[in-house]
Amino acid sequence: MRNVVQIIDTGVANVRSIQVALRRLSFESNISRDSNLIANAKHVILPGVGSFGTGMAGLHESGLAETIQQRVECGRPLFAVCLGMQLLCLESEESPDVLGLGLLPAKVQRFDTSVQVPQLGWNEVAAEPESDFSKEFPPGVAYFANSFRIADCPPDWDCAYTDYGGRFVSAVRRGNCLACQFHPELSGEWGQAWIGKWLVSTC
Amino acid sequence: MGASLDWKMAGVDMLKKRIIPCLDVRDGRVVKGVQFMGLRDAGDPVELSTRYADEGADELVMLDVSATIEGRVALLETIERIRNAIAIPLTVGGGVRNIEDARNLLNHGADKISVNSAAVDRPELIVEMSQTFGSQCTVVALDVKRLEQTSGWQIMTRSGTRSESLDAIAWGQQCQGLGAGEILLTSFDRDGTGNGYDCELIQAFTAAVSIPTIASGGARSTKDLVAAFSCGAHAVLAASIFHDQEISIQELKRQLAVEGIDVRL
Repeated sequence: MRNVVQIIDTGVANVRSIQVALRRLSFESNISRDSNLIANAKHVILPGVGSFGTGMAGLHESGLAETIQQRVECGRPLFAVCLGMQLLCLESEESPDVLGLGLLPAKVQRFDTSVQVPQLGWNEVAAEPESDFSKEFPPGVAYFANSFRIADCPPDWDCAYTDYGGRFVSAVRRGNCLACQFHPELSGEWGQAWIGKWLVSTC
Repeated sequence: MGASLDWKMAGVDMLKKRIIPCLDVRDGRVVKGVQFMGLRDAGDPVELSTRYADEGADELVMLDVSATIEGRVALLETIERIRNAIAIPLTVGGGVRNIEDARNLLNHGADKISVNSAAVDRPELIVEMSQTFGSQCTVVALDVKRLEQTSGWQIMTRSGTRSESLDAIAWGQQCQGLGAGEILLTSFDRDGTGNGYDCELIQAFTAAVSIPTIASGGARSTKDLVAAFSCGAHAVLAASIFHDQEISIQELKRQLAVEGIDVRL
């Protein structure tokens, strides 16, 4: 199963589109909650639809919370999508009594009350111009479906930003760990390239 | 209505205006009629989906137009084949009556589920869907007919074969309160006619309902789409103009951008 991308089974996430995107990039994938498979896979994707509390409960139940923490701490490839990105954080306003994976030193907050939630549709994503992150992942337009987000770039992470009632962090990267608040698998060719570059750069 | 929109929450207006081709599917073929009747063949769903995605469509909607009437769920195989062909969101509707129907469609490659008749019969379905899959996945489709005697619009169900004694705007507000993430607002009167979107309907509806509204029914030209957006639509659905290749989505978006509409190019 060395070259098979393991997609973490969070129970409620719809991962068909991610699987199709991987297949287009000539990567096989498997949906799993087996911690051995997740620990040993070359590439792991943490998808996520649903609430922060339900998502974390699922990861604790399957024993995967520690597996993911160990992977990221060892610098092994992980791509977190949408709620998956939020689960990497310390905590979330969505489920105040639940601790996140704590890998991303940030707190997840609801969008400003002046904007309609969920943010549902296409919005612009751009990293700092001229940054290495921006050169690798050029600006584009991404499909979002979220009510919560990180407001500020965590120290020591590369960040890309989007404006929705104020600037928020729509993607982060550090080493082999990449996370997007948007859905790269639904963001056309530009989004597909995010998955493709992560797969190649971390091989 | 003509009321000021100032009180409305911003945000959705900051997003790109979406162009959404709609595939009405029956027996595995795309069909298109006028006011839901006289369906003619319009092509293969996968071929059309691929073309639309390549041309820059922002999403696709696939409605199994005979599903509710025939009492079955939408064609799973068609959904899978469309999913494999596109990397943009896919909304599927037709015959969804419960969570299991919705889950089945999601598992076969839908990203969002549209409900219509079943939500009118049992509004709790919207609550169940939004709690299970999230508001972002829960689309409520409203087929709407202009009242003849008085002002206003009423809801139609069962592919436009049944009139409900339900006010369209009140029902839209109720859908929002129950957890719908998006409304697909189809003017039965304009469907397939090419007479332009019902701007009055879009205006009245979006002044009363703040979740994203996809306007549908009546598009023939770029100017119709410009009008729908200026009347408050967040996205527009169109079928005939794309099926008949009257204009490519690429060219349409280019023209919209010239008109000052913020689209994804």
